[in-house]
Amino acid sequence: MLTLFYIFAAISIICAFGVLFMRNPIHCALMLVGTFFCLGGIYVMLNAEFVAVIQVLVYAGAIMVLFLFVLMLLSTNEPSQVAVKWDAAKMLAVIITGGIFIQVASIFSDSALTLGEKGNYPLEKIEEIGSITLIGQLLFTEYVLPFEIISILLLVAVIGAVVIAKRRFN
Amino acid sequence: MDLILEILSIPLVQSILKIAFIILLFAMPLGTVLTLMERKWSAMIQDRVGPNRANVGNYTGNGLLHLAADGLKSIFKEDTIPQGANGFLYLIAPFFGLIAGVATFAIIPIAGPIGDFTFQVTDIEPGLLFIFAITSLSVYGAVLAGTSSNSKFALLGGTRASAQMISYEVFMGLALMGIFMVYGSTRVSDIVNGQNEYWFGNLIPMWGVFTQPLGFFLFFTALIAETKRAPFDAPEGESEIVAGYFLEYSGMRWSAFMLAEYVAVAGVAVLMTTLFFGGYHVPWLHLWESAPQWLVTLLQIGKFSIVTIFFCWLQIQLRWTLPKFRFDQTMSLGWKKLLPLSLANTALTAVVVLAFM
Repeated sequence: MLTLFYIFAAISIICAFGVLFMRNPIHCALMLVGTFFCLGGIYVMLNAEFVAVIQVLVYAGAIMVLFLFVLMLLSTNEPSQVAVKWDAAKMLAVIITGGIFIQVASIFSDSALTLGEKGNYPLEKIEEIGSITLIGQLLFTEYVLPFEIISILLLVAVIGAVVIAKRRFN
Repeated sequence: MDLILEILSIPLVQSILKIAFIILLFAMPLGTVLTLMERKWSAMIQDRVGPNRANVGNYTGNGLLHLAADGLKSIFKEDTIPQGANGFLYLIAPFFGLIAGVATFAIIPIAGPIGDFTFQVTDIEPGLLFIFAITSLSVYGAVLAGTSSNSKFALLGGTRASAQMISYEVFMGLALMGIFMVYGSTRVSDIVNGQNEYWFGNLIPMWGVFTQPLGFFLFFTALIAETKRAPFDAPEGESEIVAGYFLEYSGMRWSAFMLAEYVAVAGVAVLMTTLFFGGYHVPWLHLWESAPQWLVTLLQIGKFSIVTIFFCWLQIQLRWTLPKFRFDQTMSLGWKKLLPLSLANTALTAVVVLAFM
């Protein structure tokens, strides 16, 4: 099981680097799909099949297709020529992200971090209730307020999109 | 003998055997035969004879040898790559659809379990959501073929295909919400077993088509739009954009697109059978209590195959009967009529399930 985890983790990191360093934007987008797919694989190994399927369905299946859709309409086949110039802002960004990375890495390499089961819902309980049922119950009882706030946010986005599209054609 | 049984009882070996069985003996042959069936059936509808010339020593098998002839022709044709095409993407694009089509069969049970042995590759909890995830990946085949071919017709076809497939995926999921609510699960085995119940004593089986008649039509429409066949074949659009996204392909890669289409047709048929026509359950068979196990299993495989073949035939018949939609008609049908209908179906089903079940 752990070997599989390392394989998925390695591929997802390689794909993530591919997103950064590939020249052709369509290749970059496909690399991102690869990353999402490997994350889905890792979720399966954590016994979160529902989350894995939703990960592939939403990110790899819907959002990245929209990305490709836009790229397909915009891009030419020539690789983009972006000159990399180093200014103060970029240096600062490198320092901050590097600091955060080292901080996170030091937390995870700490021996105080123990592996194993935690929380109110161990594996037996999830298998007894069913993970989809459990997510549904929690979503509509304990987390109903964040859930409703997110749905209002999405509604605002939908209305905004319709308004912008209407204005274009009038 | 004992050694063979012991090897056969390993779960991994069982899974590999099941995958091989379902792909090599069910999905691929069905897809291949459908390529010929469609040509024969369209010929019948248009009052022609259809393919009947391929022969071995004057034996034609009523056109059956065209399967071999087509395969050989595809293999030996030159695999052309158009100038300015994006080589790697162009080469892998045909296989996305094929993989997605075959993966559909992974969660379909073709007969009832005998003891611990199930006639199903895997019975995961997300079940049908897995189908949605897989079909959403088949869009990549059309998109990548369209963008990598360096051809304006292919690009148009690719944009049409991706827009259409994304739109119809939205209410494909919504159309099935009713089924999830009625049978109370997304797991395929639960849905199939739920359809083995009966209304009014033993009168009417609780098949999906009776509990969710509107959901049946909505889901079938969405699936046909997903396969990009007539009346939703604007992405191919022979009369305007020649062949759409796979215009530039030749040889075996073109055949891969064709095979993917027919495997998808077979996939639609098995999904409709499993979700709306009781899956493998033979109606009223439980009344015959002394039926031997082997006969029950055979009857179940037979019933499943017959309904599947009926739905394959229905799709071919629809393609050669209905005129095609213009692309804007496809989109407005999806977003303005079918999406509100499936939302209404979901809400209505929720009310009924809460009130009566």
